[in-house]
Amino acid sequence: MSRRIFVRAVQAVLVCTVATVSCVRNPPPVAPEPPPPPPAAEERPGPAPRLDLEPPPPPPAPVVPPIEADVDIVSRDLEQLNRESPLRPVFFAYDSSNLDGPGRRVLEDNAAVLRDNPTWIITIEGHCDERGTAEYNLALGERRALAARQYLVELGLQGDRLRTVSYGKEFPFAAGSDEGAWAENRRAHLVISDR
Amino acid sequence: MIRYPLAFRRLPVLCVTFCAGVLMLMQARAPSALQPPGQQSEVDLIIGDRIGAQPTFAVPDCLAVDDDQQVAEAARTIAEVLWDDLEFEREFRMMARDVYDTIPRARSLTDLPLDRWRGLGVDGVVSCEVAAAGEGQLRVTARLFNTRSRDSAFGVEYTGSARNVRAYAHQLSDEIHRRQRGLRGVARTKISFISDRDSESVLGLVENRQTKEVYFADYDGANIRRVTVSRSLNTTPSWAPSARAIAYTSWRRGFQDVFVSHIYEGRLESPAGGSPNIHNWLPAWSPDGGQLAFTSNRDGNPELYIMDADGTNVRRLTNHPSIDTTPTWSPQGHQIAFTSDRTGSPQIYVIGVDGTGLRRITFESYCDRPTWSPAPYNEIAYSSRTGPGHDIKVIDIPTSEVRQLTFGLGTNESPSYSPNGRHVAFMSTRGSGNKQIWVIGRDGRGLRRLTSEGNNEMPSWSP
Repeated sequence: MSRRIFVRAVQAVLVCTVATVSCVRNPPPVAPEPPPPPPAAEERPGPAPRLDLEPPPPPPAPVVPPIEADVDIVSRDLEQLNRESPLRPVFFAYDSSNLDGPGRRVLEDNAAVLRDNPTWIITIEGHCDERGTAEYNLALGERRALAARQYLVELGLQGDRLRTVSYGKEFPFAAGSDEGAWAENRRAHLVISDR
Repeated sequence: MIRYPLAFRRLPVLCVTFCAGVLMLMQARAPSALQPPGQQSEVDLIIGDRIGAQPTFAVPDCLAVDDDQQVAEAARTIAEVLWDDLEFEREFRMMARDVYDTIPRARSLTDLPLDRWRGLGVDGVVSCEVAAAGEGQLRVTARLFNTRSRDSAFGVEYTGSARNVRAYAHQLSDEIHRRQRGLRGVARTKISFISDRDSESVLGLVENRQTKEVYFADYDGANIRRVTVSRSLNTTPSWAPSARAIAYTSWRRGFQDVFVSHIYEGRLESPAGGSPNIHNWLPAWSPDGGQLAFTSNRDGNPELYIMDADGTNVRRLTNHPSIDTTPTWSPQGHQIAFTSDRTGSPQIYVIGVDGTGLRRITFESYCDRPTWSPAPYNEIAYSSRTGPGHDIKVIDIPTSEVRQLTFGLGTNESPSYSPNGRHVAFMSTRGSGNKQIWVIGRDGRGLRRLTSEGNNEMPSWSP
């Protein structure tokens, strides 16, 4: 805990020396801001015929909601932790969300790590290989994440520490279109979301 | 009423049909079934030798009335885009533009060498004129001439912004298709899709992940505009029947949930009420826009649910320990087709919205993304595994006959029908290996690519 505060303080000081404007409340984002949305009045949806028909609908205004994921100094600390994560992924057979023997053993090891770190909250990401369709794989990835979560709960971990998400085939770990890459991508991947 | 002097031989008839056309234009957004070419008073204005024949049309460059660079460019662009729009529906044989130089240019909107066009075998010529109308405005006047009778089948005049001149051509194309062929054209529709074209990285704890955001383009791929700025993954866009909102799946809060962007009002909703452990995805609008079907894990397994568009009145549609996902509504809103792997592999099923009448309709190795066609067709397009990849197929519901639209080039997924049912947009990796949006006729003809930058997938065609 004290290390975290120290890291925060050092980083805050560094940030302050670079940008003196509202630095503490708004740490700089780690990546550049998204580009501005296209101008609102780019196009009139269609030329209005003469004779004053219904007026053309207003131009589409891109929706720019607030970005809710908040990357701050704490999450950079978590990024480092995840880079050296003691939690190991669980792999699955093609089009399957069933845990096999090796998969269960990996989850048993992960459960031990989580018992040793009782404040950690993890997100179990379900992933699929590229062969299935994008839509179906969202459900398959969900089932993989749920299967891993269910086994961790059976091992005695509290459900509220275990979040799930499915990324389908959207975020492959290995490039390539061979069995090696596919096997690498059919997984439940455990990310430490909070500590 | 009409500023431009109308020098028609049949002025009264044309005025009546023009005004009627204008009235119908006001309702042009309402879906209309295919009708035979217009009859009654318009019958002598339909260009073509006989009913059912495919007449030949030409669209020479519009006349630029003002000596102005912008007007000159608009005159050329409108003719080019109109030619492409008319070619797209394949109702007319379009005379290639490169032979137009052999014909003397029109001297005015109504003074053009119709005999020469006739000599080339052209049945109908679109004559058009572009003029500056002050303050970034253009006035576009167009006539469709019958080269045999020398009559003008109809005339229109539009005034509007000079910023998107393609829109004049699209509106004119839809008007020509409606009046000449009784066809609801799609030149003013849009196609939404997801893309990684802006190459941003996802905000999150795992590195090297690229965002996919929601975009939309004109039906021909022009005028691409971005809808979401979420620094996260977004997939499965679905146009609302109003064409004023897009529902999609977004991971902007760290898990997949259904979002609705009201693109003309800049408003964002998440009606399904997701949370870190309740996920909702793959929204599909009911035909009346009042409800959304979607997939959710809320009962511990991917199942289908239906809710009112405001998120109330959620009810469960399927109940099976296997995956049930990817819903699409029948045109009347009484049935839903979806994907289930309850027999061991993903297949397409149909169920009543009241949960009764479940039946399996595909018996292949792997099927997903059913998309119910609009009326008058009664068919479902889907992607089917045919080898290492997938192809787009269509099953006719009354006969269960299956026909294939793509044949093994790359993988082909996520079909979406045009609102007149005559075309299917889909994602294909053919050619470059990148994911791009392509469009093909429901008869398998007229393939063309819409996108080229980055990867683009999961098209949804607007009403």
